[in-house]
Amino acid sequence: MKDLDLATLIAVFQEMLGWTLWPIIVLAISAGLAFLWVVLRDRSLLSRRLVWAEFCGLGGGIAAVLIMQAVTHSGFADLGGPIDWLLVLGIFTFGAIGAALGCYALFGLLAGRNQKPA
Amino acid sequence: MSGNQDAVALKRRSILLGAPALAGGLALAGPSRASVRTNAKIVIIGAGAAGLATASRLADRLEGASMTLLDRRREHFYQPGYTLVAAGLKSADYTVSTTREFVARGVTLIEEAAAEIDPVGKTVTTDQGKRLPYDFLVVATGLELNYGAIEGMDVARIGQNGMGSVYAGPEQAEATWRAMSAYADKGGVAVFGRPPTEMKCAGAPLKYAFLTDDTLRRRGNRDKAELIYNAHVKTLFSVPIVAEKVRMLYADRGIRVTHDHVLRKIDLERRIATFRTPNGDSEQRYDFINVVPPMRAPAVVRNSPLPWQTGPWAADGWAEVNRHSLRHVRFPEVFCVGDVAGVPKGKTAASVKWQVPVAVDHLIAAIQQRESKESYNGYTSCPLITRVGRAMLVEFDYNDNLVPSFPGIIAPLEELWITWIMKEVGLKPTYLAMLRGKA
Repeated sequence: MKDLDLATLIAVFQEMLGWTLWPIIVLAISAGLAFLWVVLRDRSLLSRRLVWAEFCGLGGGIAAVLIMQAVTHSGFADLGGPIDWLLVLGIFTFGAIGAALGCYALFGLLAGRNQKPA
Repeated sequence: MSGNQDAVALKRRSILLGAPALAGGLALAGPSRASVRTNAKIVIIGAGAAGLATASRLADRLEGASMTLLDRRREHFYQPGYTLVAAGLKSADYTVSTTREFVARGVTLIEEAAAEIDPVGKTVTTDQGKRLPYDFLVVATGLELNYGAIEGMDVARIGQNGMGSVYAGPEQAEATWRAMSAYADKGGVAVFGRPPTEMKCAGAPLKYAFLTDDTLRRRGNRDKAELIYNAHVKTLFSVPIVAEKVRMLYADRGIRVTHDHVLRKIDLERRIATFRTPNGDSEQRYDFINVVPPMRAPAVVRNSPLPWQTGPWAADGWAEVNRHSLRHVRFPEVFCVGDVAGVPKGKTAASVKWQVPVAVDHLIAAIQQRESKESYNGYTSCPLITRVGRAMLVEFDYNDNLVPSFPGIIAPLEELWITWIMKEVGLKPTYLAMLRGKA
């Protein structure tokens, strides 16, 4: 893997995801920016909305792991060593944070600026 | 190297990842790449993995060169995917694309086969009679599956009457799955093995025995089955530490191993395979067999002056190259990459990935009349599938050393899910990026 750098990774992901790569990246960045915008607008994290977002995040994490297993024709019985459990944890964390951020932003945008902090 | 007026023009290449603001100011500046100006005529024979990757890298680094890629076949086959097709996990079209979509700009594709190589006159003649003079030649023909060397074998009958053969192509890999799946529903005797010749991906026959074992277990029929792996020599794999691990896993799975067995004849009607052994012929009745044919260099190379003249690679016509530069030892204008190269160890896509940048750098160094410092150490790798969902990442070099890419993170001889993920999700896009010279 001596050539493994960012340009190589992008080339590989481009082959993996085709034309959907850049829309996915734009969507992910948009969700992050929307989250920041909502937090700055509200000047705080709203605890009620945060709890719901975390709940969604939990679902997102579980979904990410299950989707990866479905796509790769594998399951929990195939985990063979610590690195496999770390990978599951990484996939779960990735899915959970993505879903929680996205949901928090979405709830915030839907609620509009009228909702007061709880 | 006649007529090469070389000039080196430094061309800064930088790749910006979207707007700097979006990426937090991240700019990925590629290394300064010297773009070499030349009017060299370069012919590349073969548009498989090695040919396409070589063409892409040459096109990236050369300006003004005349680059011609020769291959009659219009489809491109992702051969590392055949195992997944033959395991029933992917359809045949998973491995099929077109050659044209990977041909780099500036490279001319001629859809004809090379019929004759004249390294003395520096000319390649196509099967349509075109004569292509060259200053540099890259031979990337791949290899020839010599099914004809097995008496009674009929490629058209792959998938029928319990006979499979993963190697022959996408359709045959799919037909092999149908035969193996039908066998796994009933059980019986399954026979595996490999040829005595050099071969592409020597791990593939081992994998297929593991996958058959796994399929039987998933269908609850393992106790109705006997699996026999016929090794052609006294070991299961050329790298001792890997051979020992596979021996242990086969013992664990109940796959019986016989040694010094080479398939020489098959009776497709009666389902009897005949093996050449030190004690004479040995017959094995089978309910399923995975036939792996002997392999040799294609006729266009065998019938040229390029093969080894003596030694273990002479008989099958593998090209006589320096193992560290992939440059022909008698014809310095010729480079041979991929399966056709007469070097120890791997004939795999991973070998191609590491060979091509080295050969390309030596070729460009020759244009520039300098010495290249690049050296290929024989690196190759094999995600050795041990069941659906697990694989071992086996990486080694010419000296049988394990050379793990992720030492301390991914153990090379452990059956792991992460290695399976790499095989099923990561390998194909990496391969395709390699064809474009980007990985």
